[in-house]
Amino acid sequence: MTTRRHFLILAAGATAAGASGLAHAQLSPNIVAQRKAALEEAIRKSTGGAELKKGRVALDVPPLIDNGNSVPITVKVESPMTPEDHVKAIHLFTEKNPQPYIMNAQLGPRAGRAAITTRARIADSGRVIAIAQMSDGSCWTDEVSVVVTLSACLEDGLI
Amino acid sequence: MAARVVVNVPASAKKGDVIEIRTLAGHPMETGFRHTQTGQLIPRDIILRFSCSYNGVEVFAADLHPAIAANPLISFTTVATESGTLEFKWTGDNGFSAAHTSTLSVV
Repeated sequence: MTTRRHFLILAAGATAAGASGLAHAQLSPNIVAQRKAALEEAIRKSTGGAELKKGRVALDVPPLIDNGNSVPITVKVESPMTPEDHVKAIHLFTEKNPQPYIMNAQLGPRAGRAAITTRARIADSGRVIAIAQMSDGSCWTDEVSVVVTLSACLEDGLI
Repeated sequence: MAARVVVNVPASAKKGDVIEIRTLAGHPMETGFRHTQTGQLIPRDIILRFSCSYNGVEVFAADLHPAIAANPLISFTTVATESGTLEFKWTGDNGFSAAHTSTLSVV
């Protein structure tokens, strides 16, 4: 017989399983794999194969997105922004869009602070990745996993 | 038709201050992945590049992609070094081009 305690444990398990399966719920595995390869290729191209280190970058994206057509994204990078040590470029990527690139911003020591804001389209639940390329060639990264309820490209039926 | 752009720059700033600049351009940013009801692909029509020059020197630039939302908002910072003009430029598909000039007085 299912006691109340058993029922609660089962229900919690089912919810957790549902959440972990969510990222792949809308796209077929084949397309997911293709887009993952495209993302890795795009990252490799933009960083020139440099090693990605965690830290220094703060990516601010709402974790739950009601409307994927307009998602505010803010990136801040810790850097003194002097001519000797500054952020050269900030790259933004998403995992599940038909094309991985969102934006590529070119900054210099005259920016004063490395902080940019924009609004993006996000097609499906997945990772959003920010990469900061420093003047010494090192690359720092931060990523946020987001859940999208209304997808951008919805008219497409997510081909 | 000239594109509508909105640029938010402080009118004056202290020398050496970091000022925040917010820009908005009126543009549909058609991705090129959508179809019409009859199944025809709607061709891509996006802004590809945005740049900001401070007294003729480029201080910020960005390459945009179809994943940027319609009416692209771009916000960034720069150091107020001297009084002068800030020129903003957007260029894109189908010969799209828009420009805006703001003046900044540095005290």
